[in-house]
Amino acid sequence: MTESTWTRKDLLGIAQLEPSEIELILDSAQTFLEVARRPIKKVPTLRGKTVVNLFFEPSTRTRSSFEIAEKRLSADSLNFSSSSSALVKGETLIDTALNLQAMAPDLVVIRHGHPGVPQMLAERIEAGVINAGDGAHEHPTQALLDALTIRQHKGRLAGLTVAIIGDIEHSRVVRSNIHLLTKMGATVRVAGPRTMMPAFVERLGVEVAYTLEEAIAGADVVMMLRIQLERQGKKLFPSVREYFQLFGLTRERLKAARRGAIVMHPGPMNRGVEIASDVADGSSSVILEQVANGVAVRMAVLYLLSGMHREAA
Amino acid sequence: MSKLLVRGGRVVDPSQGLDAVCDVLIEDGEVTRVAEGIRPGRYAEIVDAEGLVVTPGLIDMHVHLREPGQEYKETVETGTRAAAAGGFTAVAPMPNTDPVNDNRPVTEHMIKEATRHGYARVWPIGAVSVGQMGEQLAEIGDMVDAGAVAVTDDGHPVYDAELMRRVLEYSRHYDVAVIQHAEDKDLSGGGVMHEGEWSTKLGLPGWPAAAEEVVVARDLVLLATSGGRYHVAHLSTAGSLDLVRQGKARGLPVTCEVTPHHLLLTDDAVAETGFSTNVKMNPPLRSEADRQALLAGLADGTVDAIASDHAPHHADEKDVEFSVAPFGIVGLETTLSLCLDRLVRPGIIDLSRLIELLSTAPARILKVPGGSLAPGSPGDVTLFHPTKPIRINADRFRSKARNTPFHSWNLRGRAVRTIVGGRAVDPAA
Amino acid sequence: MGTNLKPKKSLLDGKQMERVIRRMANQLVERNRGSKELVLVGIRTRGVPLAELLAADLERLEGHSVPLGILDITLYRDDLSTIAPQPVVRETSFPDGSIDGRVLVLCDDVLYTGRTIRAALDALIDFGRPRAVQLAVLIDRGHRELPIQADVVGRTVATSGDEVIEVRFAATDGDDGVDLLERVEAS
Repeated sequence: MTESTWTRKDLLGIAQLEPSEIELILDSAQTFLEVARRPIKKVPTLRGKTVVNLFFEPSTRTRSSFEIAEKRLSADSLNFSSSSSALVKGETLIDTALNLQAMAPDLVVIRHGHPGVPQMLAERIEAGVINAGDGAHEHPTQALLDALTIRQHKGRLAGLTVAIIGDIEHSRVVRSNIHLLTKMGATVRVAGPRTMMPAFVERLGVEVAYTLEEAIAGADVVMMLRIQLERQGKKLFPSVREYFQLFGLTRERLKAARRGAIVMHPGPMNRGVEIASDVADGSSSVILEQVANGVAVRMAVLYLLSGMHREAA
Repeated sequence: MSKLLVRGGRVVDPSQGLDAVCDVLIEDGEVTRVAEGIRPGRYAEIVDAEGLVVTPGLIDMHVHLREPGQEYKETVETGTRAAAAGGFTAVAPMPNTDPVNDNRPVTEHMIKEATRHGYARVWPIGAVSVGQMGEQLAEIGDMVDAGAVAVTDDGHPVYDAELMRRVLEYSRHYDVAVIQHAEDKDLSGGGVMHEGEWSTKLGLPGWPAAAEEVVVARDLVLLATSGGRYHVAHLSTAGSLDLVRQGKARGLPVTCEVTPHHLLLTDDAVAETGFSTNVKMNPPLRSEADRQALLAGLADGTVDAIASDHAPHHADEKDVEFSVAPFGIVGLETTLSLCLDRLVRPGIIDLSRLIELLSTAPARILKVPGGSLAPGSPGDVTLFHPTKPIRINADRFRSKARNTPFHSWNLRGRAVRTIVGGRAVDPAA
Repeated sequence: MGTNLKPKKSLLDGKQMERVIRRMANQLVERNRGSKELVLVGIRTRGVPLAELLAADLERLEGHSVPLGILDITLYRDDLSTIAPQPVVRETSFPDGSIDGRVLVLCDDVLYTGRTIRAALDALIDFGRPRAVQLAVLIDRGHRELPIQADVVGRTVATSGDEVIEVRFAATDGDDGVDLLERVEAS
């Protein structure tokens, strides 16, 4: 059990965290999982606290996960999303932040298409800010829920080999996972088409492979990334069919992994593109556990941060 | 007859290989004598330059004055006032105004405004193509006749290879340099910072070095057959510098400028400043290896000039998400101090080389008067203290804009005053 | 500056504490006419070793084991404040998952303001519907801020506000004993 305490106002990324802080979140999340098993899945901890979910990018999954976490902690939450009129086109982010500040929320959960926006917001408002994904930069709660899932299955993170496969360049999930797993002593191996591999990727402290087989060989964890057909331009890969041939995870290919390896995916999946259905639904798949762990991780983060925000002036 | 005597300063003039304590006499706007112990005679205004360095007026060959069209960012008046405060007696504004400076009236307007306010000379640079659209050649001859001294589509590259070939050929009729903003827009894509370790770490779209280098390489191929004079603006990568070095070795008429920010900062600043939009420029801050290559290029002579790429923006425009903020920083009021403190003081270059980079070479490339204190030169003189401490304070800039990453830097060396056409300029006036 | 804690006097040594807890077990048996229906629930942190000791005594007295639960009340506290790190949340567990219809005995080391017990009751209600809830505490030091009383008390001690009761258990602290401490200004 960790004996450290949480002293940050915001959770902007994994890059800044100490291993002891990561462990504190994971240990707390493990406890919050128990709340989900109770007949009444709600605790009064954040009663009277206001949490604003500020989603500049469409996201059903992450937003719902945060919302459930907030409700289970009895926080009052409200949603601003780019599709609703609350986020007016033309208003600057600073004005949005100042407006928010005037409503004196305790915590703000933000998803934005541009890297650095959560930090920009955090510097300007008193509320604690939780990064729910900023461009291709960081998605800390995803990495935390992935780590929790791995720990549940493997009992540890240190010494494991985790293969992450797909569009490495455009993925915030990858960056946060790389930070987290390497900090905790795991080996991360990334693989994907060369057109989706960022410059100097090895400086992130990872091994790089350019075939699926090489990436998976001996891995304890195989994490497949969503290939975003709409986002990746036509010059990055020719077709979904060819992508699946090169990097699609099939039952046959998975045999190269270590016995008992688990298969993960941050969702939403493209069946038949990055992962075959029988693998996604197979016994190695822990994809739905990731979703359950997501709520617990977010409860833990909300709980820990709620102690540290400054009182609104 | 007006007379002005700059007395007792250390005169550094690379154009005549001069570095000595002496006096400079300016009569009727022209330098007439540089010698020890000049008697002022009657009616001469005397400027005491003891303890100061006296050089040919500094020329910033790459600035954006935003007028006409974006006067909320900067005007010819405020931009030239900033120039004077920073030790510059002349600036060359880029044509990406609104309307674009692709015609005589805009060129004339800039010169008229500069003359009216009198803080610094303005040498407008005309557009290569109409509206900087990269299609039809602009009326270069007419603009040159009106006072333009070079052509460029800066803000944008001259992208079409044929257009580059044609403008190199056509510009020969007027003997003006063609200045290239070297950027392959397909390769730089939506890039907002240097493609490298830090863009990867921060998840920001990268602007690769290759996007600059392929354009420089292509242009040099064209230059070999088309003739003309080719100048690379704000050169930022080791690869581009090598191309320029090779081009010079082959005798091609190629020159280049670098900015103080590419000489002093690197891409990790984006992380270090927490995504500050004041470290977002185009071309972006590069890697440490690139920076070292540029410093070497300063010393070995491959780099011809230092220019600020003074790019004022309104605070509202910069106070936004990093990815959507406009590129560029102001530089007129920081360049001299930065160069003195970070280039001369550590001995990367000497004072004479700095003045060549900031005055003599720009005058030569643009073929404008100045860059020298030889008798017959215009009476444009810069006086600066070589080591006096200064703390950069953006809030006290004469420029309308505050977008600088150098705010609160402590430096040694500062401009003291400028003289334009034999008249001491007061930027506070 | 700050406050230090200085020992003032010993309230119970190991032997006395053992006797007191055995008497508490006896009282529980009397109150409930045996221990068949009971579930002992220790409130983290030092209610847990107390519950364990009571369970051992009950087993000696009655010849059968008594189920044990652990309750972490962190999420129900009313003193979670801002600008202070949150306490670590630990797991809550009950013997067979459900507490419906059982007689629960909440166990805690010290009864003071009553707020911990208030939080514990709230928590219990969220887990199910026990038939009854009783409260057993080793020390009752008075100063209640809520209408809460213990059913079984090991020892009642009159204290003042700047005194602190320190309860130690061999299982968690190395030895058994209860001390009265006093806050003193540190220079």
